[in-house]
Amino acid sequence: MLYAILCYNSEEAIGSWSKDYHDETMARLYAVNDKLARQGRLGPVARLLPTTAATTLRKGREEMVIDGPFAETKEQLLGFYVIDCTSLEEALDTAKELAKANPGTGSYEIRPVAEFHPSQLPENKPAP
Amino acid sequence: MNDLGWIDPILGAARPRVMGALLRYFRTLDTAEEAFQEACLRALKSWPQNGPPRDAAAWLILVGRNAAMDQVRRQAKQTELPDEAVLSDLDDAEASLADRLDGEHYKDDILRLLFICCHPELPATQQIALALRIVCGLSVKQIAQAFLVSEAAMEQRITRAKARIGTAGLAFETPGAPERAERLAAVAAMIYLLFNEGYSSSSSREAEARKPLAEEAIWLGRLLLRLFPAEPEIMGLTALMLLQRARAKARFDGEGNIILLEDQDRSLWSRPRIAEGLALIDKAMRHRRPGPYQIQAAIAALHARAQHAEDTDWAQIDLLYANLERLQPSPVVTLNRAVAVSKVRGPEAALEMIEPLGARLQGYFYFHGVKGALLQQLERPREAREAFGRAIALASTPAEAAHIRQHLDRLSC
Repeated sequence: MLYAILCYNSEEAIGSWSKDYHDETMARLYAVNDKLARQGRLGPVARLLPTTAATTLRKGREEMVIDGPFAETKEQLLGFYVIDCTSLEEALDTAKELAKANPGTGSYEIRPVAEFHPSQLPENKPAP
Repeated sequence: MNDLGWIDPILGAARPRVMGALLRYFRTLDTAEEAFQEACLRALKSWPQNGPPRDAAAWLILVGRNAAMDQVRRQAKQTELPDEAVLSDLDDAEASLADRLDGEHYKDDILRLLFICCHPELPATQQIALALRIVCGLSVKQIAQAFLVSEAAMEQRITRAKARIGTAGLAFETPGAPERAERLAAVAAMIYLLFNEGYSSSSSREAEARKPLAEEAIWLGRLLLRLFPAEPEIMGLTALMLLQRARAKARFDGEGNIILLEDQDRSLWSRPRIAEGLALIDKAMRHRRPGPYQIQAAIAALHARAQHAEDTDWAQIDLLYANLERLQPSPVVTLNRAVAVSKVRGPEAALEMIEPLGARLQGYFYFHGVKGALLQQLERPREAREAFGRAIALASTPAEAAHIRQHLDRLSC
């Protein structure tokens, strides 16, 4: 079964990381990525720009375009993984590995995927 | 996890909100700072064992406020109070405080904290130093290093700035809309000054020392944007800083000499910063309320979008500078526009445009540099040499002088 692991944390805290701490943490997270990839369990992964770069379209009879994320929260959605797991336990174990690589504040929301459409983007399309 | 690297960023991120609230309680910067320090010390003791609180800012505000009030009470009574079991009943208090924090007023707290640093009686360098100390939480030593002065001198500068502003005349009630807009504009100007202080270095060594200034300015820009997400000029300001800072790695060669924009290795530009800057300028443009920061960001965006220097949309840049001239007339803007004009309509037109600026910009290094380059293109070597000579005389750093000398060398071959 596919699970999405949604990464929430305070982007203000992330933005205060020193370069060294950032590089070390990212290296630990990439190591988890690599392991999942070797196991053939790694789906798409995305890291999002800060919510200051976000725009929200609120639906309704009159659509509204709002600057910023859809809700002001103390922790923000900063990125996500899609991974293949045999059970919720396995998904939780993976989230725990991520938490160990990136300790401190924040949460991982584990959401089973209902429908999955593989990417139509050219392979390895570089981030902008 | 024994590694405590995760705590510092949380304290740093919470700092503006916590300091803003503590300043509102205690009304003096010194007490607010002491309370914040005390709260941080207690966090360093408590968090590794108990884990971080759900709302770090609320925790720090509460603990800082209690600690400072204890201090006040002790001084008043001259008697020891029993240590409060602060941490045991914190959860409830934290929750209710967090609810109140959800209101809008914490935004004005942070804006006020930034705004007091922009006191009109303070010279620009003191405004910036104060903001770095109070809002960003840089140590005096770090600030001194970035400004290339001694720690003692910086300490004195900050103490003097604090004494000068006091907080006597400061309004603590919630500001009205016009006052808020005024504060926002003053804070934005201070942040851009801070950025330029960090960015305008003319040697790689200096740039390295001053890098934290530019980084903190971007951090403050994002902070302001989170507080006021629908202000196009704040989007423009943050985009402008991100797009300029994206070029940092390409600005100097191995010997520390300046590399001009058109000669830079664009593969060294930071793509994530460019992506963020472009996203912000896109958002800002939708508001159709152009301002100087947005226009300058749009110009930087056109450079960022050009894969190679020769792909640059100079005609559009010329138009944007024309708009900037209208909004914010200044000979320096016209001088910048002339560079775009020289690419679109040729050096003759550009020279004609800058000729009238001579009186006002005769002491300005870049004026003579640009003039020399235009004359060189027009194959008027004698006048070009004269302009370059003046530029060298006005150069404020060896790197600037060296750069002009390269032009002179080319003229003599």
